[in-house]
Amino acid sequence: MNRNWDVIGEQGLQFFGKMSATISHEINNSLAIINENAGLLQDFTLMADKGMPLDPVRLNSLAGKLIDQIRRAEGIVKNMNRFAHSVDEPVKSVNLDDIVELMVTLSARFASMRGVTVESKPASVPVMITTNSFLMQNLIWLCLDFAMDAAAAGNTIDIITEKTKNGAQISFMQAGDPAKAPPNKFPAEPEKVLLDVLKANLSADEGVGKIVITLPRDIDM
Amino acid sequence: MKVLLIDDEGELISTLAERLSLRGIDADWVTNGEEALKKVEDQCYDLAVVDVRMPKMSGLALKRLMAEKCPRLKFIFMTGHGSEDDYKEGTAQAGAAYYLLKPLNIELLIEKINEVIKEQGDKP
Repeated sequence: MNRNWDVIGEQGLQFFGKMSATISHEINNSLAIINENAGLLQDFTLMADKGMPLDPVRLNSLAGKLIDQIRRAEGIVKNMNRFAHSVDEPVKSVNLDDIVELMVTLSARFASMRGVTVESKPASVPVMITTNSFLMQNLIWLCLDFAMDAAAAGNTIDIITEKTKNGAQISFMQAGDPAKAPPNKFPAEPEKVLLDVLKANLSADEGVGKIVITLPRDIDM
Repeated sequence: MKVLLIDDEGELISTLAERLSLRGIDADWVTNGEEALKKVEDQCYDLAVVDVRMPKMSGLALKRLMAEKCPRLKFIFMTGHGSEDDYKEGTAQAGAAYYLLKPLNIELLIEKINEVIKEQGDKP
């Protein structure tokens, strides 16, 4: 866990920044909806001051919308908290499905902007590995980002986790044909550095319809 | 004054349309660029209030396509990316259009809408 730390640090900061930006955007969207619904409530009370009767059903509906957005923001903040705490310990035992699920959630806006759907297919049993969870997230993001870039709008990318004899495997599979030529070489230097530190291997088919990462059970062994 | 609001957050844009209508502004809303282009084929709007970042078609790309169909259409952009740099870049790219940050201040939005009305009224 010490090789190329400068490179990993710079790359890790870029990843952290990208995820923080999308999280703040999502929170801001919730705040914007809360702002409009609270504003509409205020409009109704001002109209009531001028003699227009308040409609309790409408008020209740607006309150429900506010509660929904607060719950949505709460979910985003919980994920942000999980992501932020992933840098706490350099190496620890993690459930790979939890990490994949978090990355799918954090990548939702990037997928939506490209018109791509991303779905995680967890293993039937928990896939526990000992690794650096932050760098693992970074590697999953880079693979997913590449797969989304190569995907045609309307395609679905399935992320499948499996337990293997020596550890675990994550596959990124495109349900449809990749429409675009891969934009650049893959894996490139950022992925190679992470693969090295995580003692992982990556294979990608020629059309990049499938990317497979194989991971050891414990990177310290 | 007829306004078209475009944002992929349907709940945001529908509520904003209702708030504008309570203030006497006739506002329609859609949640993507394709629907917006269909709307401007059906009828003429004076102003489009557009989210900059939307799936499939960005607000700036949509502006170009809508402007081809309705050359007199005015634009106000809005964004949830609240950094000073984003704001400056957005204003520069948007040309003469206004650029507002989300969460929106409705009084500021109405002020900008009124400025657009005045500009259109001043034109021969």
